Amino acid sequence: MISIKNLKAEIDNKEILRGLDLQVNAGEVHAIMGPNGSGKSTLANVLTGNENYEVTGGEVTFNGKNLLNLAPEDRARERLFLGFQYPVEIPGVSNAIFLQTAINEIRKYNNQEEITPKEFLDRMKEKAKVVGMDSSLISRSVNTGFSGGEKKKNEIFQLLMLNPKLAILDETDSGLDIDALRIVSQGVNEFKNKDNAVILVTHYQRLLDYIIPDFIHVLYNGKIIKSGGKELALELEEKGYDWITKGEK
Amino acid sequence: MEVASGKSEKSLSDEKLINEFTDSEYKWGFVTDIESDDFAKGLSEDVVRKISAIKKEPEWMTEYRVKAYKHWLTLKEPKWPNVKYPEIDFQDIRYYSAPKKQPQLESLDEVDPELLRTFEKLGIPIEEQKKFANVAVDAVFDSVSVKTTFQATLKEKGIIFSPLSEALKEHPELVKEYFGSVVPYTDNFYASLNAAVFSEGSFVYIPKGVRCPMELSTYFRINAMDTGQFERTLVIADEGAYVSYLEGCTAPMRDNNQLHAAVVELVAKKDAEIKYSTVQNWYPGDKDGKGGIYNFVTKRGVCDGDNSKISWTQVETGSAITWKYPSTILKGDNSVGEFYSVAVTNNFQQADTGTKMIHLGKNTKSTIVSKGISAGRSNNSYRGLVKIGKNADGARNYSQCDSMLMSDKCGAHTFPYLEIDNNNSTVEHEATTSKVSEDQIFYLNQRGISTEDAVNLIVNGFCKEVFKQLPMEFAVEATKLLALSLEGSVG
Repeated sequence: MISIKNLKAEIDNKEILRGLDLQVNAGEVHAIMGPNGSGKSTLANVLTGNENYEVTGGEVTFNGKNLLNLAPEDRARERLFLGFQYPVEIPGVSNAIFLQTAINEIRKYNNQEEITPKEFLDRMKEKAKVVGMDSSLISRSVNTGFSGGEKKKNEIFQLLMLNPKLAILDETDSGLDIDALRIVSQGVNEFKNKDNAVILVTHYQRLLDYIIPDFIHVLYNGKIIKSGGKELALELEEKGYDWITKGEK
Repeated sequence: MEVASGKSEKSLSDEKLINEFTDSEYKWGFVTDIESDDFAKGLSEDVVRKISAIKKEPEWMTEYRVKAYKHWLTLKEPKWPNVKYPEIDFQDIRYYSAPKKQPQLESLDEVDPELLRTFEKLGIPIEEQKKFANVAVDAVFDSVSVKTTFQATLKEKGIIFSPLSEALKEHPELVKEYFGSVVPYTDNFYASLNAAVFSEGSFVYIPKGVRCPMELSTYFRINAMDTGQFERTLVIADEGAYVSYLEGCTAPMRDNNQLHAAVVELVAKKDAEIKYSTVQNWYPGDKDGKGGIYNFVTKRGVCDGDNSKISWTQVETGSAITWKYPSTILKGDNSVGEFYSVAVTNNFQQADTGTKMIHLGKNTKSTIVSKGISAGRSNNSYRGLVKIGKNADGARNYSQCDSMLMSDKCGAHTFPYLEIDNNNSTVEHEATTSKVSEDQIFYLNQRGISTEDAVNLIVNGFCKEVFKQLPMEFAVEATKLLALSLEGSVG
């Protein structure tokens, strides 16, 4: 699904990613872990085309296309989704207008017909239920006045509405209490199937109690320095990152 | 906007796109090639009398004009607005211009076809089409009214909707009673000038207890070169009446500035309601700030009777300079004044606009919602006065002034004035300034929405409270207009 080779990127002339390799196939869940400042969020932002970051080397192929040549909106239309660590507020723009516009833009790009209002509304109600959001959400402005937990739930709600091929979830678990964490995880589990893939970017292992990854990668200093199965998370929880990162500097 | 230090190819191509858009031209900028009867440039008592004569006005009106002119001579051009422009030479303006073939009001067949095409091109329905069956239009071209639609239908209900010059002939007593009653010729420099040289305008009278069944609309078009447009609108809603009135305007693209100094007067009697909406799209000048209309307008309404209501809604996207404060005098007890405004400035446009709410009656209530959007190198000021008179027990005002910045070279300013002479009243003022952020745009991009569409969504969201006050058809038009005037302005 996505193939990342020797990816290098910087922000404000500071190199963050220093030759990252990663291959994700359909049906897989990958977790990217690592200490603060290792480049986890940079990876999420670079893949989705945030212009604050500059790619200085490497290549990324997504669905057989050169991802790095696409505008951010076209990456989204190729069905790449980012669950934001800090979702922004957009006052006055209702969730309904926002999501309807998004769905139809994605459909248009893929030569599909626009979603009918009924189909859209039904879908909205159904998916809102999954993440335990009130249906009044539909008319509320995007993230405006939402609590931290509500914002994260709204990201997962959008994930379910847009149903992408690859979802990158950037620290979706941060700032969530245990109930919210469970609901958010439930949403992600409902989303994943054999045709799509998920990259979880997380700092803590606790998310992985709810969403079981197929692979875990440790990102350090802009590179993946260790990969393993789900048991790696427990090892990290127990020993911290030091035993891996020692000697990497 | 902040710019990322290392520019990727992507952002360079964005820049190109933005430049292409910024170059996109004002779509209503064409000139109609039509023969016209023009006065020579210049202003004198003689010119004032000539305008009155050509319009075959009653003597009281001629004398009114002359008085206004003489008063105007004693006034100085106001310098307090937060706008900059070179001194206007009032002798270098033409004060009257009319298409040569005088339009016939009975039938469109006798109107110059070139004029018909003009309004067709502008999308203004001057034929009584089914499609626009709920909108009656008075089309004003330079100094004269071309056509007023649905007059017969309205007449059945006793509603008068006609060019002011026609009303002067057919309903002189009504005009005489109200003309200048809300905005006297002594009011200010431009109101004085207008009273002396106004050439046309619209007159509306809604009789007692009548709810006007359709939107009334006046469309103003400046065509002739070096000509000032000085129209007057007078709307009277008698006891218990209701009317929704809309004005729109465009002008050709010209390199020199043209002056538009209008006066609007509204009178709402007991239990009456007037909703006055403006979509102002005068030529704003080019992207270097050359040309454009100076829009210096005085608009005021009086809630004369108890329980009356006046609502001003304006969407201001055009003009090189806008200088106007649609105001309401809340004279009747329990009367309500509202002001909803979206003012957009781009490139080198300047706007100093707002409202005045004068609370005189008891339990009077006013709401002010102002949304200023500044892009390019433009300057956008909100200036508003809330005055609570000493007898206005229980008066309430709520003001909200929000500014949105779309570049780092533009300016947004807020000048609220409060004069409160009654302790038993409530005044609230809230103000915010925000910037369309790269984060917001990236968030929307990441959901498959292009940058242009993202900006439109964000800006429309910002203006939502105002747009929902507009009649449906015009809300759609306003949304489109907003998108057009801000095309490519994020950078």
